[in-house]
Amino acid sequence: MDSQKIVFTGSGGQGLITAAILLGEAAVLHEGLEAVQSQSYGAAARGGSTRSDVIISNRRINIPKAFQPGVLICLTQEAYNTYSSIIRPGGLLITDKRYVKVARKVDARQVELNLYQTVLERVGTPVVFNISVLGALIGMRPMVRKESVLQVLAERFPPSFAKSNTEALELGFELGCVCQDEI
Amino acid sequence: MATTCFVQGNEACSLAAMYAGLDFFAGYPITPSTEIAETLSARLPEAGKKFIQMEDEIASMCAIIGASLTGSKVMTATSGPGFSLMQESLGYAVMAEIPCVIANVQRGGPSTGNPTHVSQGDVNQARWGTHGDHSIVTLTASNHQDVFNMTVEAFNIAETYRTPVILLFDEIVGHMREKLVIPEPGEIELVERLRTSVREGVNYHPYLPREDGRLPMSDFGGVHRYNVTGLYHDMWGFPTDKGELVDGLIHHLVKKIDYAADAIAHHVPYYLDDARTMLISYGSSARSALSVVEQLRRRGERIGLLELQTLWPFPVQLVRDYARDKEYVGVVEMNMGQLINSVKLAVDNPRRVYLINRVDGRLITDKDIKQTLRVIAGQGV
Repeated sequence: MDSQKIVFTGSGGQGLITAAILLGEAAVLHEGLEAVQSQSYGAAARGGSTRSDVIISNRRINIPKAFQPGVLICLTQEAYNTYSSIIRPGGLLITDKRYVKVARKVDARQVELNLYQTVLERVGTPVVFNISVLGALIGMRPMVRKESVLQVLAERFPPSFAKSNTEALELGFELGCVCQDEI
Repeated sequence: MATTCFVQGNEACSLAAMYAGLDFFAGYPITPSTEIAETLSARLPEAGKKFIQMEDEIASMCAIIGASLTGSKVMTATSGPGFSLMQESLGYAVMAEIPCVIANVQRGGPSTGNPTHVSQGDVNQARWGTHGDHSIVTLTASNHQDVFNMTVEAFNIAETYRTPVILLFDEIVGHMREKLVIPEPGEIELVERLRTSVREGVNYHPYLPREDGRLPMSDFGGVHRYNVTGLYHDMWGFPTDKGELVDGLIHHLVKKIDYAADAIAHHVPYYLDDARTMLISYGSSARSALSVVEQLRRRGERIGLLELQTLWPFPVQLVRDYARDKEYVGVVEMNMGQLINSVKLAVDNPRRVYLINRVDGRLITDKDIKQTLRVIAGQGV
């Protein structure tokens, strides 16, 4: 497996850094892969802009930052405007219609999900939006197995979150798989 | 079975400290070291041990010195501004020969500097931050397995040589998450404190060395009464200004570390057997340096990397030996040129030692290093 470089961008409170950590954990703990996760630290808190990089590989990862990610996830307009140019040419750019209007010409396959709305309607809480984004990501790019993420979710969160987390992951995964077929 | 986890470097450090038998932590949280204090504040009480959040870094350092004297394995963690505040009492620990571990997860400086970004600007402060002639041990690491190993080693060296040991990490290593395999208990040997065999009621000389030069300790507040001071002292621990005693003590303090330099020169050589060019690096910049070496090796260039994990005492002989047949040496560090000075002093031809650096708070990249290598080789940018 070649190195997969994924950058999550958005706003503090959306749970993107958690999603990035979950992805790295799934790769390391349940897939026997190497992974490195880092995040930009700054004065940002809830509502500020956040970025988290994940690199997954079956070899040692030297440089822990994804300078030209193959997958870029932008969940605010500001993040989209700031980061869409860093994506590797021909890479995969994932956005959500609730937050981002795709306006610029970007040399990438842009996938606009309607995930926030779907999660709200079908799971009933926006808290698990980040988990559904993670589901969509691994649906589109099978870098780790869905079961590995489910296992990490079970290990990390109290049982009371299990149902909504699982639903959100499955929902995102299905949407991701559909998008993958369409790409 | 060994446990695999996906953690931050700071957490790897605190897990290792627990593994090494940490009893007492006193500190004042500061970015980018905060997670060391945060995770220990949960782990230590769970293990029936002590965690104290102090009012500042001066108090933190003093608290761990006191706790160490009573027989505990101790640690504090900080970053540049706090490390500056600790320097006076760090010197006290050197002078009174008190085992302790100080983790400094570096940020950019001087002053409050660049708290959330990467820097390796405290390398020389670790060596010479406290005043007066002295030797000190400083270890570092570029990945979480080595953060773990070097942290355990720091406790072992502190106990073996009765000295403060500085763990000099950086923001990238401290904050990023990657795989860590926690060894089974017993897999890494732990050095326990050498305690005196002098019985209660018999005079104990705290600074009278055994034949092998080591000083057995007696838990302060226990069965022996003795004095501890930052002044030059005699074998009883009482102040003295006698020339022969002052001379003997300063030689002892410096030489006990310097004589151990080869024994504690932790390092990792990469592709150095047939290398014509050598990079020397440490901490997170060594990751970028290794990336460059692997890229250029694929193109047939004979380049290697010497990753240093022991920065102080500087491994003079090691660097000298590896540099001997190299056309040139590039020192990759994220400061204005700190360790490079020691490299130049160690090698035969210091004019063939070049600085490859980045100081804007961002990780030095493979591109940065390759660009400087092209300039050194006369190929322009």
